[in-house]
Amino acid sequence: MTLDTVKHAAGTPDVDQPWAELGLKQEEYERVREILGRRPTGAELAMYSVMWSEHCSYKSSKVHLRQFGEKAPETDALLVGIGENAGVVDVGNGYAVTFKVESHNHPSYVEPYQGAATGVGGIVRDIIAMGARPVAVVDPLRFGAADHPDTKRVLPGVVAGIGGYGNCLGLPNIGGEVVFDSCYQGNPLVNAGAIGVMRHEDIHLAKASGAGNKVILYGARTGGDGIGGASILASETFDDSKPSKRPAVQVGDPFQEKLLIECTLEAFAEKLVVGIQDLGAAGLSCATSELASNGSGGMRVELDDVPLRDSTLSPEEILMSESQERMCAVVEPEKVDRFLEICEKWDVTATVIGEVTDGDRLEIFWHGEKIVDVDPRTVAHEGPVYERPYARPEWQDTLQADDAAKLARPANGDELREQVLKLVGSPNQASKSWITSQYDHFVQGNTVLASPEDSGMIRIDAESGLGVALATDGNGRFAKLDPYHGAQLALAESYRNVAATGAKPLAVSDCLNFGSPEDPAVMWQFAEAIRGLADGCQQLGTPVTGGNVSLYNQTGEAAIHPTPVVAVLGVIDDVARRTPVAFAEEGQLLYLLGDTRDELSGSAWAQVIHDHLGGLPPEVDLERERLLAEILISASRDGMIDAAHDLSDGGLVQALVESCLKGGKGARVVIPDGQDPFVTLFSESAGRAVVSVPRSEELRFTDMCGARGLPVTRIGVVDGDVLDVQGQFSIPLSELRTAHEETIPGIFG
Amino acid sequence: MTARIGVITFPGTLDDRDTQRAVRLAGAEAVPLWHKDKDLKQVDAVVLPGGFSYGDYLRAGAISRFSPVMDTVIEQAKAGMPVLGICNGFQVLTETHLLPGAMLRNNHLHFICRDQKLRVENAGTAWTADYTAGQEINIPLKNIDGRYVADERTLDELEAEGRVAFRYLDVNPNGSLRDIAGITNAAGNVVGLMPHPEHAVEPLIGTGRTDGLGFFTSILKKLVNA
Repeated sequence: MTLDTVKHAAGTPDVDQPWAELGLKQEEYERVREILGRRPTGAELAMYSVMWSEHCSYKSSKVHLRQFGEKAPETDALLVGIGENAGVVDVGNGYAVTFKVESHNHPSYVEPYQGAATGVGGIVRDIIAMGARPVAVVDPLRFGAADHPDTKRVLPGVVAGIGGYGNCLGLPNIGGEVVFDSCYQGNPLVNAGAIGVMRHEDIHLAKASGAGNKVILYGARTGGDGIGGASILASETFDDSKPSKRPAVQVGDPFQEKLLIECTLEAFAEKLVVGIQDLGAAGLSCATSELASNGSGGMRVELDDVPLRDSTLSPEEILMSESQERMCAVVEPEKVDRFLEICEKWDVTATVIGEVTDGDRLEIFWHGEKIVDVDPRTVAHEGPVYERPYARPEWQDTLQADDAAKLARPANGDELREQVLKLVGSPNQASKSWITSQYDHFVQGNTVLASPEDSGMIRIDAESGLGVALATDGNGRFAKLDPYHGAQLALAESYRNVAATGAKPLAVSDCLNFGSPEDPAVMWQFAEAIRGLADGCQQLGTPVTGGNVSLYNQTGEAAIHPTPVVAVLGVIDDVARRTPVAFAEEGQLLYLLGDTRDELSGSAWAQVIHDHLGGLPPEVDLERERLLAEILISASRDGMIDAAHDLSDGGLVQALVESCLKGGKGARVVIPDGQDPFVTLFSESAGRAVVSVPRSEELRFTDMCGARGLPVTRIGVVDGDVLDVQGQFSIPLSELRTAHEETIPGIFG
Repeated sequence: MTARIGVITFPGTLDDRDTQRAVRLAGAEAVPLWHKDKDLKQVDAVVLPGGFSYGDYLRAGAISRFSPVMDTVIEQAKAGMPVLGICNGFQVLTETHLLPGAMLRNNHLHFICRDQKLRVENAGTAWTADYTAGQEINIPLKNIDGRYVADERTLDELEAEGRVAFRYLDVNPNGSLRDIAGITNAAGNVVGLMPHPEHAVEPLIGTGRTDGLGFFTSILKKLVNA
């Protein structure tokens, strides 16, 4: 077979090319030809096809994502914003923190263990590529119905994959979510987040500059796994008629990644690296074109020098392979030997595969012949941009009119009691410790808080006690009812969760999971969610620093609920002041902060008791969220509260049960005068939290709330070993514990 | 004066920096040791920390056992140098036969991370002198290959000689025979256990207890008073 060189391509314009099989549309293929002034070579076609995929190019989402920049609030905290591998935030004392959430949805459905494992691997490499030591991971997960047989295939595999990879890397898993809903049956959402810490001066960027600098590929050898993962797997909907996509899923080796982390950090510490990029989606195509596109010059790569696991791979396959645990560094010539020495110390394969040139072309050679000659910007950054049509679906009005007000409510204490037990034992509200106990929380010795706390918290400076907190939240049900406010509710919940632990919210990352952008209704949900999130972040003063878009989460015509997952990062000056959720001290007073309205549409109660979704989600008041956060943070700093729990899914009663069980103490609760017991216990009004206040601090605390205008209601006292809602019902902790803790092991154990 | 305690890093070791911190918190000097280096840098004792050395490929601890540093560790341990193996370090010690028995996959087949209650059965070893026999402590456990097994005769010998150093209480988290969480050699200088004392040395962090600090204060006192 003739090698399809640049020269050969120029002389054979009429050759049929497999652009459709590689996932390109006709007009995109024409555009490539126009850019090059000839047909692309096979290798060029491979590069454009993966880099112009939805997953890599954000071609459908770009026009909307711009709002995160345009509406970004003024902040001094942001050191690196959207567009790099991950955003970087200043947290004080010379420390910077980088964090990001990404999706690995499609591969995790096809092959749950490897899909989830390599999701962790990918996000961790993004963090290392910024110059940071990874210090924690979180995993927001969504599955189909808990009792569906396929969920028993997907969930245990995903959990084992996350544990198998993350535990072996030595990263504490400190948070995340597990949600069940039949809308995710054929499209589980496996999102993965990571946090890294560095000194300000250690920030690294993905750019290749300085002609003559060497391009070093290091880490695992390149194999045939994950070829075209970004284009043909992550950027299309599933369809039974097509052949199995398993070859497009990558296979992970966490041991190799652990070596890669240590070796990269050692090279950073010796200041050997000019620019760095990890190899994730689109592999070498992405790393070479992005490094060159971001830098000042061009790049020349000898593809023959890439170490291979399989010597029969074609140049196209080498460029498209998504083999894991690889990175690409740009190093000055005189530092190459030292760089290679460090790699050897860690038994990491490292090879110079090219160099930065003073031109502006990315040129790739195979057996001495030029097979790629492109302007790297056209591959990496100037891909197609679509203004996809979008329209509010006609069913939206009907859905919103179907309010939860029509649903039968519990009529007396006995019925309330029964529904409380049903709620806290439902798969979504039940304890997830069967899952989280498969993750290491303790490694690195800096974990202050981990699941099921409101947010995970990591100490980053043992001397001063400086720490960071991270929470991730999403509520696809709310977003389905109203994507604009649903996205804001996810932001508000995550923001509140961070504040509830005593940390000050600083910045946001997001993972936007939606159906097919080719469906105008889905595109409308997407546009609305982004508008809501951008407006919300502007109002709360927390910029979006980066994130990920996952589209095509749909099977046939059925799209998932629009599911924006929002991660909020916060900072705490001294982790000794952190607030846990557990009610641990008998006699402490319980206060409810915020306003409770009759808001049950989209609630956990409506789902668990009536299997109902309709109406409008709870009202959003971001000024109230900000005030609540300020109170929670002040109260934590000044020692006025010993426990706090945000109120979200399942309302007040869910929070009370969780805090009681965590602390092993009961509570006597009084429904405030004139309030409906059912609404008080089950409403999901936003902007609320429950706190446990030592008696000595009661006046100081309520005075502070009063002075700042935050509604505060005394609702009870920590006491005994029973949850007693006076005049309504009482349930022993042991009974609650059984209901809450036996559901998930009962299904999956 | 203080003592120098070496902490070995194998490729894939995870708890080396945590162990160094625990050693320092106890007041000793932590000396990083590298697996390719036979030189123990004149340390007075060695800790083999937890992790997944060599990815646990082949069998947990099976490849690390052949690292150059282990030749010296085995030689010195036989001469009486105190050695502590935590989790993966315990697995390495059984592979070297400094300690008897082996670790299999947990009986429930999952990785398990939990606060674990233990009873200190032998407070006479180099690493447990600051505890009292029968004392109950609570320290984190996290592993997937933690099920301690040995043949009946070995188990009977361990029991008879008081060499079961720690036993799981309340819950046997992995199916270990006779609830064994950790053991010692006959001389009491080599100790291995699956739970992680180095993760229970500071209030607020991890479990919020300091029940694990005693391992490191025990060895420090022994070395300083020697």
